[in-house]
Amino acid sequence: MISSIVLITGLLLILIGLWGLLTHRNILRIIIGFSLMGTGTHIVTVAIGYVRNGTAPIIDRALDLSEATARAVDPIASALVVTAIVIGMAVTAVMLAFAIRLYDSKKTLSIDAFTESKW
Amino acid sequence: MIWRLFVVVAIVSFALVFASLAIGYTEQQSLRPLAESYVRLVPHALGAPNVITGILLNYRGFDTLGEVAVLFMVAASVGLVLGAGRSPRGVSTEDRSDEPRPSSEIVRSGTEILVPLVSIFAAYIIMNGHLSAGGGFQGGAVIASSVLLMLLAYPQYQPNLEFLSITESAAGVLFVLAGIAGLVLAGGFLDNRILPLGQFGAFFSAGAIPLLSVLLGIKVGCELSVILEKFRP
Repeated sequence: MISSIVLITGLLLILIGLWGLLTHRNILRIIIGFSLMGTGTHIVTVAIGYVRNGTAPIIDRALDLSEATARAVDPIASALVVTAIVIGMAVTAVMLAFAIRLYDSKKTLSIDAFTESKW
Repeated sequence: MIWRLFVVVAIVSFALVFASLAIGYTEQQSLRPLAESYVRLVPHALGAPNVITGILLNYRGFDTLGEVAVLFMVAASVGLVLGAGRSPRGVSTEDRSDEPRPSSEIVRSGTEILVPLVSIFAAYIIMNGHLSAGGGFQGGAVIASSVLLMLLAYPQYQPNLEFLSITESAAGVLFVLAGIAGLVLAGGFLDNRILPLGQFGAFFSAGAIPLLSVLLGIKVGCELSVILEKFRP
């Protein structure tokens, strides 16, 4: 139940990001759309890793070693998302750096001004 | 107009695909075999209570190394893109007075109080990566956030880039050396059993995982700080 809500939220975020990507003409808004899509993907991945009545895969007072395999959620999805968040941040940083350079060259952030490489 | 139509068609078709995914989704009742073996193996074989850290720094440690390499490449490429040929700093401020206005008393006092606390919190997160939620990446990001706070509160603040790059390179070299030590002394590249596993759940336990966490945290913190510094106008 809870993971379905999380999954639908993630899928909606991907759709919102895609919509922002396709309809906006400002480069910064396009970058925000990209980030939203990435965040939605992370949420979907975490939701898929959920196990019914599961808890975080950390052995402590709340989760005993003997019952860990029965009650822990999938640790692989979480580990993948930790990786994906860092890479998503790196991609955003590069996109923003290019946006700064594009603004320097044309003094505008609208992609309508950048027609050189348009086919 | 035709573009609008195309956008609507694209969004609706994606929405249909996602809807079929969401309808067909059922919650897992138990772990898949690979996940189950990880949950069983990490506490027993590696001695780390946090299964995710065990996966990140041991079984998928090579991945983590590649990821750190990606971060390094991003720092380098951001420097390349924003470095040469950019209008010199402060040109856009000519309409204002020459000196940038210093930040207010509240911002400065808040920074003085918060930066040490944020740094201690980062050290806590990094050092508890094998015991509870935390680890090198998260702690490194917190370190970088304290650098960001300094950059915001003191516009003239100049992080020592040379120090940062030397520290970062040293941490990276030590990370790879620890990996090679695992190849020689234990089961494989980045194996944490080069140090004694210690008592399960103790602060100094889980072999080399705390060491790798610290190196990773230093490296990520330095890289993110360099990236932040490059973005300054």
